[in-house]
Amino acid sequence: MFRNQYDNDISTWSPQGRLHQIEYALEAVKQGSASVGLRSKTHVVLLALKRSSGELASHQQKLFRIDNHMGIAIAGLVSDARVLSNFMRTECMKSKMMYDRPMPGSRLVSMIGDKAQANTQNYGRRPYGVGLLVGSYDEDTGAHLYECLPNANCLEYVAVSIGAKSQSAKTYLEKFAKDFDETDADGLIMHGLHALRETLQQDKELNMDNCSIGVVGKDKDWELIEGDRLKAYLDQLESGAATTETGAGEAMDTE
Amino acid sequence: MFSTYPGQVVVDHPVSVPIEHRFDPYVDNGGTLLSIAGEDFCIVAADTRQSEGYSINSRYVPKSVKLSDKTVISMGGCYADCLTLTKKIQQSMEWYHHAHGKTMSTAAVAQMLSIMLYQKRFFPFYSWCILGGLDEEGKGAVYTYDPVGSYERESCRCAGSASSLIQPFLDNQINFKNQESQRKQLTKDQVIRITKDSFTSATERDIYTGDYLEIFVITSKGVEVQKMDLKKD
Repeated sequence: MFRNQYDNDISTWSPQGRLHQIEYALEAVKQGSASVGLRSKTHVVLLALKRSSGELASHQQKLFRIDNHMGIAIAGLVSDARVLSNFMRTECMKSKMMYDRPMPGSRLVSMIGDKAQANTQNYGRRPYGVGLLVGSYDEDTGAHLYECLPNANCLEYVAVSIGAKSQSAKTYLEKFAKDFDETDADGLIMHGLHALRETLQQDKELNMDNCSIGVVGKDKDWELIEGDRLKAYLDQLESGAATTETGAGEAMDTE
Repeated sequence: MFSTYPGQVVVDHPVSVPIEHRFDPYVDNGGTLLSIAGEDFCIVAADTRQSEGYSINSRYVPKSVKLSDKTVISMGGCYADCLTLTKKIQQSMEWYHHAHGKTMSTAAVAQMLSIMLYQKRFFPFYSWCILGGLDEEGKGAVYTYDPVGSYERESCRCAGSASSLIQPFLDNQINFKNQESQRKQLTKDQVIRITKDSFTSATERDIYTGDYLEIFVITSKGVEVQKMDLKKD
């Protein structure tokens, strides 16, 4: 797959009609730890598995607040994520200043797409090495969840997952997705935690240090749930594990 | 009758004279604001009349804005400048929150506002600002500004068109200046009563003050807003 003669820069096509640099950028997203997003009609929940480089190190932040009505979960190069989140924050503030209303999620995601595309067509640049899950609640159109990738594709989803072993999470989400519309925020969080748990390695488990949840929705500003506040949800996940054992077994397919 | 001076020419017909037009960006929208710091509370009060000369633009345009649960800002002068300055402060507070994960303290906002004002030293914001809130120890704090950023923390201050009417009254009733009588800590209700009396009296004598009074009361529980009528003449 690698070491082609057509993969040295972004502005070289391969004879098969591929831009290899973009595909390599997508690899960077796949190497990041998992992030999961799902939504109902009124709420969006983003969850992420936080990695730490060692026992003594802190866990890398994966969820960022963009505005009261919007937040993102990332997978991939955190430094690129910082640049993009600063861009999103600035644009939200500019939009509020100009039009006296919160930035619509779809509009901001289009701007990210355009920004990402520029890096795929200019010589000497490189694509962003980060995938974003953008959750936003717009007053007039409701809850939205978008996936933004380095290939500049920005698609809207009901539920999605990116990062390492994200296919396992996707399989779980696909099974229950038809229920999400009518589920309340806490219900979405529990489904999200189940999905996130699927992405863990055999000997690992979700705990208050490596897990992060973000919620935004109708009459609910973006809220980050981390640390001790996760206890209630993680306990519920443990006690509910028995009933969903069969479900988890089926979802555990080979990666 | 009329005195003449060298070079003056008197004619018996109308003449046209060139009128100098200069860039005149500032407008005074009038109004009065005050803020009083208590032991564990702070009051920020302002009338809501917006005027231009002898005309009233609106009877209800609030001059005070809640910046956080601990801080309220009030601005008088040119409303356009006040509005934009408020938005700039709110944006900066939002960036601070993004970067540090917490709300800016009142003292930090106070310093930042001074810097922001001085950055336009040579084309100032025509804003008379008063920042009121609770400091990090939970005590009431009032910060006063001039249009280019000179600031100071005080116990009470009044600004705007009726400031010269109200400030001496506050010196007497809040700070007991030049009096032999015993100084005492005033309660929140006493301060609110003094505030209301200040504004009703100012409304009598100052044409730019009136219509409605909005009082922001900042305590450890948060910010509560009271509104009362003032004379509308």
